[in-house]
Amino acid sequence: MTEKKTSKMSRRRFIKNSSYAAGGAIGGGFLGTVLSKNLFGNNNENQGQKQGATNNESTNYNQALMYFTRQSDFEILSSATERIFPEDDNGPGAVKLGVPFFIDHQLAGSYGRNDREYMRGPFYPASDFQGYQTRLKRHEVFDVGIQAIERESKNQFDTSFVDLEGEQQDQILQKFQDGEVDLKGVTPTTFFELLRSATIEGAYSDPLYGGNNNMEGWMMKEFPGNYMSYINEIDKKDFIKKEPKALRAHIAH
Amino acid sequence: MATTLDKVEVVTVGVGWTGGIIAAELAKQGVQVVGLERGKARSTEDFQHIHDEYRYAIRYELMQDLSRETITFRNHRDERALPMRQLGSFLLGEGLGGAGVHWNGQTYRFLPYDLQIKTMTEEKYGKNKLGEDYILQDWGISYEELEPYFYKFEQTAGISGEDNKNSAPRENDYPTPPMKETPITKRFKDAAKNLKLSPYHMPSGNLSENYENPDGQTINQCQYCGFCERFGCEYGAKSSPNVTVIPTAEKTGKFELRTHANVTEVIYEGGKATGVKYIDLQTGEEFIQPADIVVLTSYVMNNVRLLLNSGIGRPYDPESRTGVIGKNYCYQILPGATGFFEEEKFNTYMGAGSLGASVDDYNGDNFDHSNLDFIHGGVIAITQTGKRPINNNTAPNDTPNWGKEFKSQSIKYYHRNLAVGVQGASIPHRNNYLSLDPEYEDIFGYPLLRLTYDYTEQDRNLHNYLTEKSAEIMKEMGASRVEPREISDHYSIVPYQTTHNTGGVIMGGDPETSAVNNYSQMWDVENLFVVGASAFAHNGGYNPTGTVGALAYRAAEGILKYREESGQLVKIVNDRKHA
Ligand SMILES: Cc1cc2nc3c(=O)[nH]c(=O)nc-3n(C[C@H](O)[C@H](O)[C@H](O)COP(=O)(O)OP(=O)(O)OC[C@H]3O[C@@H](n4cnc5c(N)ncnc54)[C@H](O)[C@@H]3O)c2cc1C
Ligand code: SF4
Repeated sequence: MTEKKTSKMSRRRFIKNSSYAAGGAIGGGFLGTVLSKNLFGNNNENQGQKQGATNNESTNYNQALMYFTRQSDFEILSSATERIFPEDDNGPGAVKLGVPFFIDHQLAGSYGRNDREYMRGPFYPASDFQGYQTRLKRHEVFDVGIQAIERESKNQFDTSFVDLEGEQQDQILQKFQDGEVDLKGVTPTTFFELLRSATIEGAYSDPLYGGNNNMEGWMMKEFPGNYMSYINEIDKKDFIKKEPKALRAHIAH
Repeated sequence: MATTLDKVEVVTVGVGWTGGIIAAELAKQGVQVVGLERGKARSTEDFQHIHDEYRYAIRYELMQDLSRETITFRNHRDERALPMRQLGSFLLGEGLGGAGVHWNGQTYRFLPYDLQIKTMTEEKYGKNKLGEDYILQDWGISYEELEPYFYKFEQTAGISGEDNKNSAPRENDYPTPPMKETPITKRFKDAAKNLKLSPYHMPSGNLSENYENPDGQTINQCQYCGFCERFGCEYGAKSSPNVTVIPTAEKTGKFELRTHANVTEVIYEGGKATGVKYIDLQTGEEFIQPADIVVLTSYVMNNVRLLLNSGIGRPYDPESRTGVIGKNYCYQILPGATGFFEEEKFNTYMGAGSLGASVDDYNGDNFDHSNLDFIHGGVIAITQTGKRPINNNTAPNDTPNWGKEFKSQSIKYYHRNLAVGVQGASIPHRNNYLSLDPEYEDIFGYPLLRLTYDYTEQDRNLHNYLTEKSAEIMKEMGASRVEPREISDHYSIVPYQTTHNTGGVIMGGDPETSAVNNYSQMWDVENLFVVGASAFAHNGGYNPTGTVGALAYRAAEGILKYREESGQLVKIVNDRKHA
């Protein structure tokens, strides 16, 4: 792993729920100390802390690969999601939120296999108004797209995507969004739109899916998650900030 | 080989609002009803872990499984229609209660103008206001005749609301008072009043207080939980078939529900419907359910498709402009404006599906169209339905949709933007219609329904005018920046718009130009009733379900009448005689 990668993927200290509850250290100004460990590299002895992403920093056994077979593909995905939803003054980016694992896990299940969608042929090219029209399922679209990201990166910069500067990575991704890359079986815009929306879904879905680590996606947005009732607050004038709650709270013990 | 079952009096295809209303009204009168529903059973107990945006609002868990069946879509007649492979523009219901489980509950009545749109438009603006390609038709019933049925539905559903001078006239107050006023609804109302408009609280199927309906069913008080549209209600506080008409039907002992029962055909012999064919999705067995009366309550898409696949009625042909099945497909035009507030934050994460405020000053013919290049209009409203973070990333127009700026802007404005939106009327055009697809099939080998639809000049003109009005209100609300909505070059099947599809089996006074009479009884097949928004001759400037409910109660009365009298319940009035 190069220096560039390390700094790009650097992570801030985990936000403690308590500080949030006590009056919202989160929001515009939160800037924790920088803890620079690359996520998927060589520091295996530190796995718990690196990928644990829980307050007590215990190992999160859920953060392992369910779909991808090569870690290098997963790292390309990770870098791409981080550009789509980067770490900034508001708080963590896609990687720290667990978005790549969210996508990996989704691709292994009904989302990745388009289980509840019409996938019968024949398949024809579509107008811009007719939606998804590829015989590839989402997991295959990600395979094709990720390989193409790497190919484009090597063609254009002679470097692996994960080792590019952020702006260079953006250039590559922009080409996909603009439809300027040749893909087999699917349009580059379809792939990009899947990647883009899956990244946002991973950042903000309930943490039960493996993204939105520690509800930090919600905290940035001041979305309180899952409350049962606002009947006593709905008519209040001032903005009410609440400590977020996840669906875990609904499981009876 | 299909197994033929014992004959029943009435069979309904689908058990949502319309199927539930028919079942309840008939079963209460001692009529034996079988309800065939392709999806599974579900009730409030299934909604206790429902606050999951990803599962329900993004992956659409409560909605139609498209792997078995979908529609195909194209904008124009000379294009090839392609399957809607994923849900998007509208979210079709599946499972007990249908879309009534995951609707918002905004429950309006169409205007008197809607029901006599052709007569009233021609009287005031002459015969050729829109031109030849538009198909304006009266509905074959007046508002006065339909008024009691609107009320019946509102009573069943316990609708919370208040009267307004520009809305359809009411004989009775709403069953429950309006929902709470919030800073957002108040802001809209104040602005509207400043602009000399007449705002009112949105009529709501999320109830303002606990309520017992005339059938003895209880609907609870809404908790403003913010997970309403696309979700089932964990409190039983959203009016749905599942907490009202379905238990009412079940209580009688005369109603039998069969879930996982996917109807594929109406059996049509000797000019009558003799029953339906269905497949048990759990066993793969095929059954024929004979019945005295068949009622299609399977929503617009399958009401039309089942008729076409069963060879019933005359299919509409846009070229010769003959036939009726599939004709007058309409949708909903959605003008509006977004306001960004630099200095304020609103509690937009709280809310309820029909918490809002509305004005009808620019709806129907409440304003003069003499100098305008369109007819009708729509209800302009603000809603506070609960903004959830995956689906709400609104940022000013010049913001990219990914990357650093996207992230910071969408976070910044999450609680700092409000939208004023319109449910704009949709006027039928000869080239917007439903037919069978020549190529694509469902898993059983039946042709899919094909939708041919695009926006018209009328739609664009209506859109622009009402967008301007929406922007004026938003400006008056004090937004730092107002962005008017734009209508896209063509209608797209991808982004969500509304599940307000209408037409295809339209009602009217003339069998030449309509498919059903004002009891939703088919002109061509007297013991076949086709109930739902499929009967709308055009789509009005409101959400449809208040009117769908009224037509369903009217249909139930018609079915009871038909059991006594048989034959056509309505005398034919031939429109063309007056032409
Ligand atoms: C997200 C959303 C929000 C909405 N919000 C509003 C709102 O605020 N206000 C409003 O007025 N309207 C709203 N609507 C629309 C409203 O939900 C519908 O108008 C209403 O539910 C239609 O009732 P229905 O009985 O005609 O059809 P459905 O509720 O769709 O029921 C039809 C049933 O038939 C079944 N079925 C279909 N085909 C077959 C078959 N072949 N065999 C067996 N069963 C079959 C389906 O599974 C379904 O259960 C909304 C809809 C959605 C999806
Ligand atoms: S907003 Fe009200 S009606 Fe809607 S789901 Fe929540 S509690 Fe139920």
